Amino acid sequence: MTRGGLSPARWLPALLVAPALALCVVFFLVPLLETVMLSFHPFDSMKGIGDAYTLENYSRIIFDSFYLRIFARTVAIASVVTVLAASIGVPEAIILHRLPAPWNSVSLVVVLGPLLISVVVRTFGWAVLLGNKGILNDLLLRLGLIAEPLQIMYTETAIVIGMVHVLVPFMVIAVWTSLHRQNRETLLAALSLGANAFTVFRRILLPQIMPGILSGSLIVFSLAASSFATPAILGSKRVRVVATVAYEQFLNTLNWPFGAAVTVLLLLLSLALLGLYARLFEGRYRRYSGAGVGP
Amino acid sequence: MSKVGPFLLAFHIAFLIFIAAPIVVVVLVAFTPTAYLSIPTTEFSLRWFRAIFASRDFPASFVISLELATVAASCALAIGIPAAFALGRSFRVVHRMLAALFLSPLLVPAVVLGVSLLRFLNQMGWHGTFASLVLCHTVVILPYVIRLLLTAIAGFDHAVETAALSLGASRLQAFRRVILPLIMPGVVGAWLVAFIMSLDELTMTIFVASANTTTFPVRLFDYLTQSTDPLVASVSTVWIALITLAMILLDFVYGLDRLLVGRASNDRARSRG
Repeated sequence: MTRGGLSPARWLPALLVAPALALCVVFFLVPLLETVMLSFHPFDSMKGIGDAYTLENYSRIIFDSFYLRIFARTVAIASVVTVLAASIGVPEAIILHRLPAPWNSVSLVVVLGPLLISVVVRTFGWAVLLGNKGILNDLLLRLGLIAEPLQIMYTETAIVIGMVHVLVPFMVIAVWTSLHRQNRETLLAALSLGANAFTVFRRILLPQIMPGILSGSLIVFSLAASSFATPAILGSKRVRVVATVAYEQFLNTLNWPFGAAVTVLLLLLSLALLGLYARLFEGRYRRYSGAGVGP
Repeated sequence: MSKVGPFLLAFHIAFLIFIAAPIVVVVLVAFTPTAYLSIPTTEFSLRWFRAIFASRDFPASFVISLELATVAASCALAIGIPAAFALGRSFRVVHRMLAALFLSPLLVPAVVLGVSLLRFLNQMGWHGTFASLVLCHTVVILPYVIRLLLTAIAGFDHAVETAALSLGASRLQAFRRVILPLIMPGVVGAWLVAFIMSLDELTMTIFVASANTTTFPVRLFDYLTQSTDPLVASVSTVWIALITLAMILLDFVYGLDRLLVGRASNDRARSRG
């Protein structure tokens, strides 16, 4: 290949990249920057969006206990979802890893297939199961375990159940991948040296799959914190989270600058988690040279 | 160590039931003869499937979703293939940064993107057009396309390209006759993934779709927040069938396990010839 002034090797890559670059700048970077700018503008219900610059949208979120509580609830829900997803996803990944040949791939499709089925459809399934006249309450009533139907719909519990269901496959994938990298001989060595099964799990297996658990947890937490459809359907207006508040501000209240401030804080939370992810897994990042970034 | 005891097996079965339960329930409710949500036990009926055609909204949004996913996936490939080729084998900092930019829409929460695009489209006067919806979807599915294509390009032996060129093929000929056939499973897989991701996109689309460009997931979401009758279950069942069909196709051309777990190995593609 020649390295002359206008040889194809020089301008061809630029030409090939141009359409994708244009699209990402116009439909991704510019709108995001505009939202950040919008969050610093004042809003008046009569006059609309003002031209001045202000921090009042942010101070309202920080000093109004109503909005602060919504942020706290969102983080709390995401934390509970992450812990639950880890506590059922890790054992499941280990089981999947150990299952004999035809069953492991069949089970893998059952576990991961729902990832491709719309969140709305899956969440609707939970609404049918958890409703006051739903299948779960019906079953519990018939078994005589409860006297009155449990109110699960429109509570944090419903949101947590729905989110664990939607997000646990990500945990399984992350741990399952790290199990493939794990060194089997170390387990056999520990067993032959007299360690019992629990010691082998705690001292040998767990440290080796810890990177998988951590990366799975970060993915689950950041997706849970920004999740919209599940809390909107299973929590409705009774249990608001950050994403549903942003939705209301933009499509009902029409206070766009305030909605933008809520959105920017959500973005910052996601980026902070992403930064943590990158710091923890920098080595892996380098090896895949950007080909395997993200959830 | 590699056997699964009765306790773990019970856990495994409980886990699979947990995963399958809401989907199975939706499919069962779709066949109810009653006017409310219930699981049919003795009588099964197709009345709620017939009701889909009686409602004007759902068939229309089906068509919009299919059109949108087809056009957006094709657009994403049209701009993704050249970009992936330019970036695939380069280790220059600029190129690495560009690859990161193309992958980054995946890392921004869909609500944030939706809000930003709503305001942007309004400012430009593009809100509510089918073309703007296509471009919004293309941005969101481009990361999947770029990622799969970069893997496909990294996977083949570059000596064959050099061989073709040294034997007198032009660059275009080498691409069309040698490289394209080699990365074809990756290209078809990328299109199908992009298609499914576009079909399923809800959160961003809620903000950018208008009354006459309402996609199926958005229509279903709107309907669900207002009323719940078994019609939701029957349209969902048709949707599940459609996605399952696309998944079987995807498994055939690319391999679902390879895609979902993102293994770098090409064993499966090789064994398929």
